[in-house]
Amino acid sequence: MHYDGSSCNGCDIEVLACLTPMYDVERFGVINTGNPKHADILLITGSVNEQNVDIVKNLYDQMADPKVVVAVGICACSGGIFAECYNVKGGVDKVIPVDVYVQGCAARPESIIDGVVKALGVIEEKKRTMNEVKVG
Amino acid sequence: MKPLYIGLIYVAAAPLLGGLLAGFDRILTARMQRRVGPPILQPFYDLFKLLQKRTIVVNRLQNPYIFCHLVFMIATGFLFFEGSDILLIIFVLSLSAVFFILAAYASNSPYSFIGAERELILIMTYEPMVILSLVGIYMVTGSFNFYEIIGSGKVLIKYLPGVFAGFVYILTMKLRKSPFDLSYSHHVHQELVKGITSDFSGRTLAMIEMAHWYENIFLLGFIYIFVSFNPWIGAAIVAAIYIFEILIDNVFARVKWQYAFRMGWIVAFFLGFSNIVVLYIMGR
Repeated sequence: MHYDGSSCNGCDIEVLACLTPMYDVERFGVINTGNPKHADILLITGSVNEQNVDIVKNLYDQMADPKVVVAVGICACSGGIFAECYNVKGGVDKVIPVDVYVQGCAARPESIIDGVVKALGVIEEKKRTMNEVKVG
Repeated sequence: MKPLYIGLIYVAAAPLLGGLLAGFDRILTARMQRRVGPPILQPFYDLFKLLQKRTIVVNRLQNPYIFCHLVFMIATGFLFFEGSDILLIIFVLSLSAVFFILAAYASNSPYSFIGAERELILIMTYEPMVILSLVGIYMVTGSFNFYEIIGSGKVLIKYLPGVFAGFVYILTMKLRKSPFDLSYSHHVHQELVKGITSDFSGRTLAMIEMAHWYENIFLLGFIYIFVSFNPWIGAAIVAAIYIFEILIDNVFARVKWQYAFRMGWIVAFFLGFSNIVVLYIMGR
């Protein structure tokens, strides 16, 4: 799933580029969904501001475990050039735990796909710990 | 082979076939959009992933409802291949659909509501055509039994071209293909959150997916009735129709429910009903 924080739209375009025939992220079985309850990976572009803090938290809470958050672009990682703004809280990790950081301004589709595939590995790990907790 | 065994084979093999069909569907769709597409086993990976996910339950009732949906869907296919009355089977199928809708209503979310209401409209749209095709089949073969119908040796498609075309038309709704995927679409770009499945996750969603695979195989079996005069030609035509549906799915955008409803009934009347009237006049 993809959520646009207060991004300049640069990274969003690149996220959508991943779905196009050129990059085709479905090769890895990844599809874009609009429903947090069906999603495993939350892609966030842009920094978190005072307005969308609740939305980001809500989306994260509605996703089923095991779940992974990928911060796409420098704004989502740390706030980027908007970090000093009065309304910007900073990177996504100020609000929810982030597992994979994808840097760049805007992030290249190749690096986004790389981040998503890395996130799939993180999911596997989380699944294992989840099962261990269940057994133990 | 005894019909009972074929029914049991269906129960065991339909999810495998249905999953492969879904994988084939996704690859073909990707190729039509000039993409590479996922591996053919991707639907199975997705299913196992869903089984391992934690299930979020909004309302305690929704899981039993979805379970009933799956059970009645399996029963539909089992009874069909076991050679029971097709009339009964169609109503068991409707019952299964009703459980799905009840589950969506139980979640109390506006998006599930919209999905459930659209599913109801779709049922209202395709049900007349389903009944008409049963009437047509009975008029030609004089039987409601799968094996008696395909054993009758009659070329049903020759007697019932209109009914067949009408059934293929509503098949688009049953297979949840665009332009009639009002309640639940495989394509995210034209969906309200996720339609009727918005509030299901994890194991429940896996059950819905399984039921969908069972349903697809059953529907292809139903299409086979019309072209059962020769097993090989019949199977080829069924495959061709499925590929045709994938093509339709990729060519058209979703229509409004008013259009879907109106056209559904118009098609049922002009293709299905007129076909049966002609058959009746000729038979007299």
